[in-house]
Amino acid sequence: MSKIEVTPGMFSKAEAKPSLKAPIAMLTGALVVLVFFGFLGKTGDIAFVWSDKREAIQLPVFTVNSMLFCTVVGGLLIAIGAFSLWLNSRNKATPFWLIAIFGLGTMMALLGWLATDALQGVQMVFILSNTLVLAIPLIMGGMAGIMSERVGVVNIAIEGQLLTGAFVSSVVGTITGNLYVGMVSAMIAAALVSTVLASLAIKYLVDQIIIGVLLNVLVIGVTNFLHSAWLNNDSAHLNFPGTFDKIAIPLLSERPIVGQVLFNNRITVYLMFLIVPVLWYVLFRTKLGLRARAVGENPLAADTVGINVAKTRFWWVTLGGMVAGLGGAALTIGNVGSFGREMSGGQGFIALAVVILGRWQPIYVTLSALLFGFTIILRVWANQVSPGIPVDFITMVPYLVTLVAVAGFAGKVKPPAASGQPYIKG
Amino acid sequence: MNVKNKDIKSLSEESKTESVLREIMAGDPVRIALSILLGFFIGAIFMVVFNDQVVKSWSNFGADPSYALSTVWWTIQDGYGALFSGSIFNFNADNFVDAVRPLTETLRFAAPLIMAGLGVALTFRVGLFNIGATGQIMMGLAGATFASTRLHMPQIIHMFVAVVIAVLCAMVWGIIVGILKARTGANEVIVTIMLNYVATALFTYLLREPNLLLEANGGGTPKSDHPDGTAMMGALIGTEYKLNYGLIFAGLAVLFYWWLMERSTFGFRFRMVGHNSSAARAAGIKVENTFIWALAISAGFAGLAAAAQGLSVDGGLTASIEAGIGFDAITVALLGGSRAGGVVMAGLLFGAFKAGSSSMQVAGVSPEVLGVVKALIVLFIAAPPIIRALYRLPKPGSKVLEAAKSAKVAKVIK
Repeated sequence: MSKIEVTPGMFSKAEAKPSLKAPIAMLTGALVVLVFFGFLGKTGDIAFVWSDKREAIQLPVFTVNSMLFCTVVGGLLIAIGAFSLWLNSRNKATPFWLIAIFGLGTMMALLGWLATDALQGVQMVFILSNTLVLAIPLIMGGMAGIMSERVGVVNIAIEGQLLTGAFVSSVVGTITGNLYVGMVSAMIAAALVSTVLASLAIKYLVDQIIIGVLLNVLVIGVTNFLHSAWLNNDSAHLNFPGTFDKIAIPLLSERPIVGQVLFNNRITVYLMFLIVPVLWYVLFRTKLGLRARAVGENPLAADTVGINVAKTRFWWVTLGGMVAGLGGAALTIGNVGSFGREMSGGQGFIALAVVILGRWQPIYVTLSALLFGFTIILRVWANQVSPGIPVDFITMVPYLVTLVAVAGFAGKVKPPAASGQPYIKG
Repeated sequence: MNVKNKDIKSLSEESKTESVLREIMAGDPVRIALSILLGFFIGAIFMVVFNDQVVKSWSNFGADPSYALSTVWWTIQDGYGALFSGSIFNFNADNFVDAVRPLTETLRFAAPLIMAGLGVALTFRVGLFNIGATGQIMMGLAGATFASTRLHMPQIIHMFVAVVIAVLCAMVWGIIVGILKARTGANEVIVTIMLNYVATALFTYLLREPNLLLEANGGGTPKSDHPDGTAMMGALIGTEYKLNYGLIFAGLAVLFYWWLMERSTFGFRFRMVGHNSSAARAAGIKVENTFIWALAISAGFAGLAAAAQGLSVDGGLTASIEAGIGFDAITVALLGGSRAGGVVMAGLLFGAFKAGSSSMQVAGVSPEVLGVVKALIVLFIAAPPIIRALYRLPKPGSKVLEAAKSAKVAKVIK
């Protein structure tokens, strides 16, 4: 890793003594898994089902005693926590991939514990593929968040942009009968919302957060009105676009597990596979990205070396709006198939959290968004396999994780230095 | 640079009367009035464009232009007429009670909006962007539900106990934000958004559990019993109106807010931190503690709103009792300029929108148009450049200079 791609504060040398918070948080979590799911866990069996019934290659079902499985996983988690503690004693911060593995282990233990003795077992393909599809709007929203915050503009209006994208893609897709036209219109419409934010925040120095919140209120108001006064009159001809067809990628889609989860999806998912690495590459490997980050970290310095701060900010925020619009399209023509009132349901706000959780880095942000997607499907699935489980607590988990992260328990989280600050030239 | 020089020049060349006129034209009352006017105007466009009858009449405009124009007029009159008769005075009513009921409904809806709005306004003045009113109201509702359905006490006392518990529960939620902000430097916007979701889930959980707040013989839906009659905020001006004691609490809250922010040392500190936290710190004010106090008191206002909401319901309590008040509180605070009087006016306006929407529905106009009007009004007020450009109002020259200067000074201090 060259020095340039390191997120500010993440592996920074200046941070001599990394905080003990991350290892402590991990060890606490590991203990909970070990004791409550392991030692005090359920005595029945868990069946991990790795293949969908329609698949050509069927992997064998992996059946294991619940208590044994959770104890083993709990032990592994303790080991990871201990490793993090050891890293800490060597003055090294816990790397993100370790936290990701830790999260994955916790998830498996939780899934197993929930599905103990359940007839259908843990349907991995169902859970993973739904996680991915549900996370797409969050990932796209997160990318939009990165693109604007990296250049120093806080974009609270992602919620509104998702909603705009969802509305426009559904309506245009239905009227024209072409979903691709709908998708492109959604991107343009959401980019327009972004330009309002960008011009008011950059040119007129209006408070970015206030404008963002108000744009959300405006979009919610307008779409609610249009939904009740226009779409509801004739939803068959205005709000019935259907969804994109699933495209199975030859060969890859026939592989077990990954085939169904990753390579048999709608175009919105494949676009995500494209956008995330491209954004990462542009941000951290090109001159364009370096300039953008310079504007977000120190606009005065960027201006001094001849970078046009206002222009850079404007275009990155606008392009971010396009990506968010795509995320909105993923809600309707990429998943549900029609527009519903306030259907973004706060996902734009979650995207903001995801950006922080992923430390303003596209790939980490994607992983964080998957965590949120996972909890959405977990809530539905947990109710089926183990009725009576307090689903409200599952709902809370990602928000609590974000709070813990923001409060500095998972390593130092530092936003781009000039994020949210207007730049007055001269 | 050029712009600033021009401003200085134009300012110095102006005669005194001219500059006074400028102040008024560019100043708040006129701008607010113009914003409200423009908001309603654009709302009218929405109503007209998406009205079937209007669209039909305009498609044969050539045949009968006067009819086409009159449908436009009638649509607007129907919509805003219904809003007026649903929120202020009903001229078609048979008796006096029915005629003034709309006004009392507006007051009833305005009370919690004003209280929650004051809470958000307080944090704005301290320089914090607190969008956590939703979560604080949820926690307040949880407290109010507990006190009103699980505790049993005599009349009046019960209500006050319920109000106090609601306020305390909400304050706990606010203090969490304050501590996270003060001790870890976490961004309050993100923290409050997250806590909103956590609070909603927590309240729903409490309502789901039979041992906690679930109604007796309750099923799968998270809902509490009806609050004890002793805890209810009773009718304020007679049982023929639904207006309740919530209005009194709102009035007291407004007075307290005004005293706190404009007259007390506490409020002076709040405002100082809001103006320039570095300078406040230099002057010996503990900025971090001020944040905690501000968020706690702000949440207390939200808790009061929760009590007014929760202790005046017809059936049992659910999470939907919150009714979007927490989010509306942000717009109320912005529209009211974070001042006591302004918040009252803004709360009344939005309360009228809530009261009038049902009669708009009856009149066949989508009350959702009010959501558009509301958003536009606040957007125009929060973003002065838009309204100035639209009406070609003069720029408040000196103000721009001041803002630029203070921003620069702040930079230097940093």
